[in-house]
Amino acid sequence: MRFTKDHEWVIVQGDVATVGITAYAAEQLGDVVFVETPEAGKVVKQGEQLAVVESVKAASDVYAPVSGEVVEGNAELGDAPETVNALPESGGWFAKIKLSNPAEVDALMDRDAYEAFLSTL
Amino acid sequence: MSMNNVGRPTRPETANDAATGHETLTGGRGLLQDEALIFELDGWNKTGVDLPEAAAPSDDLAGLLRSGPIGLPGLSEPEAVRHYVRLSQKNHAIDLALYPLGSCTMKHNPRLNEKMARLPGFSDIHPLQPQSTVQGALQLMDRLAHWLKTLTGMPAVALTPKAGAHGEMCGMLAIRAAHEANGQGHRKTVLAPTSAHGTNPATAAFVGYTVVEIAQTEDGRVDMADLESKLGDHVAAIMVTNPNTCGLFERDVVEIARLTHAAGAYFYCDGANFNAIVGRVRPGDLGVDAMHINLHKTFSTPHGGGGPGAGPVVLSEALAPFAPTPWLVHGHDGFALVEHAGEEGAETAFGRMSAFHGQMGMYVRAYAYMLSHGADGLRQVAEDAVLNANYIKARLKDVMSPAFPDGPCMHEALFDDSWLEGTGVTTLDFAKAMIDEGFHPMTMYFPLVVHGAMLIEPTETESKQELDRFIEALRLLAGAAKTGDTERFKGAPFHAPLRRLDETLAARKPRLRWKPVAAAPLAAE
Amino acid sequence: MRYLPLTPEDRVEMLGAIGVKSIDDLFIDVPASAQRSGTVDLPPHAGEIEVEREMAGLARRNRAAGEGPFFCGAGAYRHHVPATVDHIIQRSEFLTSYTPYQPEIAQGTLQVLFEFQSQVAALTGMEVANASLYDGSTGAAEAVMMAQRVTRRNKAVMSGGVHPHYVETIETLAHAAGVMTQAMAPAIDAEDAVIAAIDADTACVVVQTPNVFGTVTDVTKIAEAAQAAGALLIVVTTEAVSYGLLKSPGEMGADIAVAEGQSIGNGLNFGGPYVGLFACKEKFVRQMPGRLCGETVDADGRRGFVLTLSTREQHIRRDKATSNICTNSGLCALAFSIHMSLLGETGLRQLAALNHQKALALRDALKAVPGVEILTPRFFNEFAIKLPKDAAEVVETLAGHGVIAGVPFSRLDAGAGLDDVLLVAATETTLDIDITFFAKILTKAVAQ
Repeated sequence: MRFTKDHEWVIVQGDVATVGITAYAAEQLGDVVFVETPEAGKVVKQGEQLAVVESVKAASDVYAPVSGEVVEGNAELGDAPETVNALPESGGWFAKIKLSNPAEVDALMDRDAYEAFLSTL
Repeated sequence: MSMNNVGRPTRPETANDAATGHETLTGGRGLLQDEALIFELDGWNKTGVDLPEAAAPSDDLAGLLRSGPIGLPGLSEPEAVRHYVRLSQKNHAIDLALYPLGSCTMKHNPRLNEKMARLPGFSDIHPLQPQSTVQGALQLMDRLAHWLKTLTGMPAVALTPKAGAHGEMCGMLAIRAAHEANGQGHRKTVLAPTSAHGTNPATAAFVGYTVVEIAQTEDGRVDMADLESKLGDHVAAIMVTNPNTCGLFERDVVEIARLTHAAGAYFYCDGANFNAIVGRVRPGDLGVDAMHINLHKTFSTPHGGGGPGAGPVVLSEALAPFAPTPWLVHGHDGFALVEHAGEEGAETAFGRMSAFHGQMGMYVRAYAYMLSHGADGLRQVAEDAVLNANYIKARLKDVMSPAFPDGPCMHEALFDDSWLEGTGVTTLDFAKAMIDEGFHPMTMYFPLVVHGAMLIEPTETESKQELDRFIEALRLLAGAAKTGDTERFKGAPFHAPLRRLDETLAARKPRLRWKPVAAAPLAAE
Repeated sequence: MRYLPLTPEDRVEMLGAIGVKSIDDLFIDVPASAQRSGTVDLPPHAGEIEVEREMAGLARRNRAAGEGPFFCGAGAYRHHVPATVDHIIQRSEFLTSYTPYQPEIAQGTLQVLFEFQSQVAALTGMEVANASLYDGSTGAAEAVMMAQRVTRRNKAVMSGGVHPHYVETIETLAHAAGVMTQAMAPAIDAEDAVIAAIDADTACVVVQTPNVFGTVTDVTKIAEAAQAAGALLIVVTTEAVSYGLLKSPGEMGADIAVAEGQSIGNGLNFGGPYVGLFACKEKFVRQMPGRLCGETVDADGRRGFVLTLSTREQHIRRDKATSNICTNSGLCALAFSIHMSLLGETGLRQLAALNHQKALALRDALKAVPGVEILTPRFFNEFAIKLPKDAAEVVETLAGHGVIAGVPFSRLDAGAGLDDVLLVAATETTLDIDITFFAKILTKAVAQ
């Protein structure tokens, strides 16, 4: 699993990356009440807006940690946004993206680097 | 003597077991009545009005008539009165106690203003009846405009915006129109401090501008170096609230205006906090180009549970030609309205803010308020509002932590939550405990630049006795928080009509209306 | 000064507690150049007696609708408001409370808003309604912006039946937000003409029924055409009482229904404050402007209400908010809701039928006036007539005889070439004698 400074995570299987927000981010947001996931076919560049996540008190953009074409958004979050709080780094994934530049993944932080980054916040 | 020992006891019976009788059998609680929704009162065939019978509709409307039931309950008059009176008793109100919501200016609403607004000559006139038949109404608008211009030192005012945010939009549209008329349409950036009201960036974005934030100094003012570095040929305007949302006067405001104008941009001032300076400082003397005035704050038109408001915008000479229609002029036969952009007198108007002439009902109330206070009274309003806020700040500074301890504040006192550190009590908990003590909480978590912000605006219509009562309550609460009495805070409020509400549930499973097919009662997850 | 509780002694004592000598010490941050020593050039304070005298003098110079024959409509209507309504909205707890940010001590306002939303949804035949906007015209403009967000398209088409002031309000906001507008020329009976203008860029079509000329239209076909092209249908109504008689926007397939709610519970007030009704399909709820109240429970499991889906709003979303609206029209919405509760379905249907009946009587009387032509083919309580003269002049003449005859179309749109068109409305407050007198004086005026 790789991480960004904007608290997104990425797991790569083959040429498809599964993307979500970290447990730290989910806790900071508080109770998630709404998630807008991207539709299949959307092409995103690294750092562009990918999804929207809302808690009662805040609405936040989720940025694409990698470039590529969305192959699937997690439709289940529409009915069960609380999954983002319960299972942020597994069942609460946001989208699957077919990588257009796999090298981007290598440049992201690993778990240790992300933990170290969190300790500086 | 003849002994008569029949009758009721006249003292409370001390033998009552305090533990029983706290939960009522029905859920009712004395004067606090539970009240169902109007849809649950079985009034499907009831009505509370008596109207003459009408004939069946004409054949012209065949095929256009509503079929099937609408789904609206009715109530007889006594039931209706009871329903709404019961509901009313679940509301806090300025008429009940101090309502110290910072940046909202919850002051006393004089009932004379209500009486005046109900004179048929104001309340029962149509916006489009012949202008010759509404000269008194137009004259009132003209006088209100004169007072607003004089109090702000500005040459023009657009009366029509319907609330503060609508006024912001009006001012920003005038700025945009002026830039376009002057070949400056390429300017697309608006600068606003991080402490701005949310309406400022929302308005700027709505009229097509990109917002860039200006940093704030340690002492809660605009960072002049940051402002200077961000001004340039791409900047259309700055939006600054003054006094600002930290309750402080922008000391460098004249310099802010000078730099802004030198960069070819306009100075939009958010006038939400005009109450602090009305009658004492004129925004026109500070270099402002446009400023909305919330009549429902400074000029005491009632907030009504969230409106209606009114947000006239005063404009500088540079922006006045672009003001929206309708526009009041002195015509040959008295007052007249220029109603359409492009007409004589409104050649460069940017458009129209709403269908008619704005919030006349609010103009009447505000004008009655101004007449009552006069020039001397309005100056006293500002002075007492500032005095009350500073008094609160002075008397709480040893138990709570003022966000900006040095120097005076204006009409509101801002505290942060550093004094709660280690107590386990948050700003929210503290606010909810205030409810139990009989006060409305202050504005919380705003401005965003101060951690756990508590913004207290008492206004000038509080007596010293009421202020002392409030201060004493806060001091007792602060003491309780610091001595580990956290239960008092965590579960609060205990004495309100309802306990804390589950906002997460409301947002996750939105239930926004009553539905005929009864859904299962909501339950917390 | 009767509204200021502090005594001179209080002020001295308080300055002492603060640790300053004079009030001027609290204004030290104001630049010297802006410090004013004296008062501004306005009159001094005045007692209730003086204020009442001045205000009554101004009020007397206006001809109130209730003083005699009165036939103005065009977006604002004179209806009878039961005395109960004004009594309840003046209760302290409703009148002098703020937006319900602390739901534990604002359940009165919140439950009213929930009931209001439910009533508006039922009236419009839509799935959800918000807690009100400023008025019908600003609501229509907000609806166009919402359609832009939903469809991500940038063109709005408006029929020739939409109130010209609504068109201007929409254009003002739309142009600022980068939405192109196409307004059809004023037309008495041509709502369907918008269908031909729908293209792949169209975010929404805006139609009005009853329209500004009073014409009632079934817009079902327009809804189908718009939706087939991926656009939304916005149905505007300026006379909310018509919901009691006519097919609702929801029945006709509207995506967004917007209305001026003044007719129910609120007086004419020279144009404001009014109350905007705003309802839409549930799937668009997160793109709605304005406040929403929702049901929930408290810590003890009791039902309660809160403002919800607030992340759409400016105080959280800031520059990404769906609208910059902060204040809405709370007290006017309360008045609407109380009046609606008093009417109930029975009363509303009766009221609507009565309005229609009065308008038919007015039509029959005016049809008999030589030279007057009825233009509106089917109407609710308002219709357009063609006069043999300039309508504005006729209105002035009749005002001199104590009759407020209606709204000349030129007052709404001076450039439409419809200077001889007069809009007239009748409501339950119109007396038979008003109609007779109007027809009599009009006969004389057009014959001169």
